Amino acid sequence: MRTKPKADCNGRKFVKVFTILEKHGRKPSRLVPILQAVQEEYRYLPKEVLTYVATALDISPARVFGVATFYSHFAIEPKGKHLVRLCDGTACHVKDSVPILDAIRKRLKLEGKKTTTDDMMFTVETVACLGACGLAPVVVVDDQVHGQMTPESGMKLVEEIIAREQS
Amino acid sequence: MNTQLILDPAAGNGGTTQRRVIVCAGTGCVANGAYKVVQAFADQIAAAGISVTTEFKAEESQHDLRLNKSGCQGFCQMGPLVTILPDEILYNKVKVEDVAEIVNQTLVGGKVVDRLLYVDPATKKHCKGINDIPFYQRQQRFVLKECGVIDPESIHEYLYHGGYAAAKKAILKMSQEEIVQEITKSGLRGRGGGGFPTGRKWEAARVQKSAKKYVICNADEGDPGAFMNRSVMEGNPHSVLEGLMIAARAIGADETLIYVRTEYPLAVARMKSAVEDAQKMGFLGDNVFGSGQSLNCEVMEGAGAFVCGEETAMIASIEGQRGMPRPKPPFPAQSGLWGKPTIINNVETLAHVVRVINQGADTFKKLGSAASPGTKTFALTGHVANTGLIEVPFGTTLREVVLNIGGGITDRRGKVKPNGFKAVQIGGPSGGCLTQEHLDLPLDYDSLRSVGAMVGSGGLVAMNEKTCMVSIARFFMDFTQRESCGKCVLCREGTRQLLSMLDDVIEGRATGETLVLMEKLALAVQKGSLCGLGKTAPNPVLSTLRYFRHEYDAHVFHKHCPTGQCKALAKPSIDPVKCKGCTACAKKCPVGAISGEKKQAHVIDQTKCIVCGVCADTCKLEAVAGV
Repeated sequence: MRTKPKADCNGRKFVKVFTILEKHGRKPSRLVPILQAVQEEYRYLPKEVLTYVATALDISPARVFGVATFYSHFAIEPKGKHLVRLCDGTACHVKDSVPILDAIRKRLKLEGKKTTTDDMMFTVETVACLGACGLAPVVVVDDQVHGQMTPESGMKLVEEIIAREQS
Repeated sequence: MNTQLILDPAAGNGGTTQRRVIVCAGTGCVANGAYKVVQAFADQIAAAGISVTTEFKAEESQHDLRLNKSGCQGFCQMGPLVTILPDEILYNKVKVEDVAEIVNQTLVGGKVVDRLLYVDPATKKHCKGINDIPFYQRQQRFVLKECGVIDPESIHEYLYHGGYAAAKKAILKMSQEEIVQEITKSGLRGRGGGGFPTGRKWEAARVQKSAKKYVICNADEGDPGAFMNRSVMEGNPHSVLEGLMIAARAIGADETLIYVRTEYPLAVARMKSAVEDAQKMGFLGDNVFGSGQSLNCEVMEGAGAFVCGEETAMIASIEGQRGMPRPKPPFPAQSGLWGKPTIINNVETLAHVVRVINQGADTFKKLGSAASPGTKTFALTGHVANTGLIEVPFGTTLREVVLNIGGGITDRRGKVKPNGFKAVQIGGPSGGCLTQEHLDLPLDYDSLRSVGAMVGSGGLVAMNEKTCMVSIARFFMDFTQRESCGKCVLCREGTRQLLSMLDDVIEGRATGETLVLMEKLALAVQKGSLCGLGKTAPNPVLSTLRYFRHEYDAHVFHKHCPTGQCKALAKPSIDPVKCKGCTACAKKCPVGAISGEKKQAHVIDQTKCIVCGVCADTCKLEAVAGV
């Protein structure tokens, strides 16, 4: 056991990371599953946690950041409370997924490269393929899959969440 | 040890007479509310006073009915699907409200609920079960046979259907050489894309002298528009695990790993529970089938990188590195995971292995073509009437698959259009497109390669005549450019340049020189990249240039997109012959660009038009073209 979490070094914050590292035997070869577990916990990969992981595994922070930024599943920016993922796989694309994305982004006032709303309520992303091609086009809101979408029904999903959050 | 539970698959263990209600719980049906339907069945069946169980029992059960969820049955568009056995009734698009009627009419009264049956759009015939539906009738299912029938979370049901007999035979009765010989003799080729002979791959690893060897199951199905592996893992996870065990025995490996795409949470969960159940039964662990040999299996989730489908990149990812490929040789069979001999096989390949060992190479070879024996699963999607998962022998023609099994090409509104066929993209971002002239081409590894396409993992995306092929090429290039790992300059920079040239074509900035340069660069990227991703990335561009040159020419020289999909070059117009002057489009146009008298042909004012396409959507006579 190389690095015990020090109580004064952001104390409680790293307790969970410590448990994750222990579970994976602090092996650098387990870096991908370790980061997956960390992201599960924090919903993204905070910079200080990545540095901590590097120290604990005795590898360079560059390697950890390299892996964290290489895979699209990892996020190094915090995500909004509700995650809207729009499938833009081939089947969804030919069945007009892009107008749905445009409509949702416009409603949430997301412009340019921005994917998360200012109030941290929504993150809107595209994914390559969710494998539900028979239902194209597909939108996934907080892990719930919705098939055969249109810009109108996509907007409705978002409006429902907004209404729920406001009430 | 529970080896006595393993039955002879040839004995035909029939099935109990118990009545069954099977609700499809693949990703597609779940999205359409399958779980709620299962709950409704449980409630209604109980209310009707029928004794019901959800558990599989090999012996005659004291319950009258068994209710279970199954994996993907392939007919995703019609979900949620409910199958009733032994009546062989298939109800589609079943909603919670329909359940009471099914219970009362069918389960109690023994009658068929006509309105929930599939109606063949061609003959308008109500089809009672899968044997009447052309979509299923024309398929030959082996890998998918048990998917949609058995409960994927019950190892006992898999055993009852002859499961693990092949693994037991391979581990207890066959030598390593015999297994490899049988696989080689079957001519089985890798179903993941390349089509490399599986037997040769195994032999290369078998002859290596090493105390440690690995087998990896490649379940990182990254090709957008393909979901064959997902369905097999969700529907029959034990068949994949059994194939993996046989592969391990054949090369002398004691550790195996299943690398599943993280975007498939249900497949991950089902594979993990299959591994746990096999461990509990003593099929995995320190004393496999009592042979004294040890064999372990771990399920690992990917992290969202398409390139990890490449063998050496996958190995890097498992070792905790960025998923970047390395040059071959040495091949993984010589030096793979942790420098040890490793074989990597696709999910579907492993499922086929089970059949080869059970039924023998000769039976396996009876289907398919000489150089590509056996069957192949395809994910049929896009503009076809029946989207879903299919399995046909190699050598089946494209016409049979798309027009007969797929039920024909559909228009924007989902209606079948007899002459709507434009192209089929096969093999995803690494493949190419097939056109009208290829409709009678037999689908197999070699014939597809000869026309500049490839089987790939088996994604088939059908496209109607309203699809712009330049924009499809751009779509794939955008994908590969983002997924390029960045190691090889030509792949990293070349795909980026190709993408920007395609943008020039789509937005009207390109000249004749752009097309020449594009072709040249595409060939250079093919040559100068290390792995399959880069080598095949230019395929969609080259293949669309080859078969749809006229569309590129229209964009470049006439600054016009014939389908109107490229907004910058769309020129919507109204066909004065087809237009009956109903004024519907003029009323809907948000900018008032359409004018014309009632019952007279209307005209679009190009200076006002914002190319939104509302007019085309509104017109029932399809008089609006070019948008």
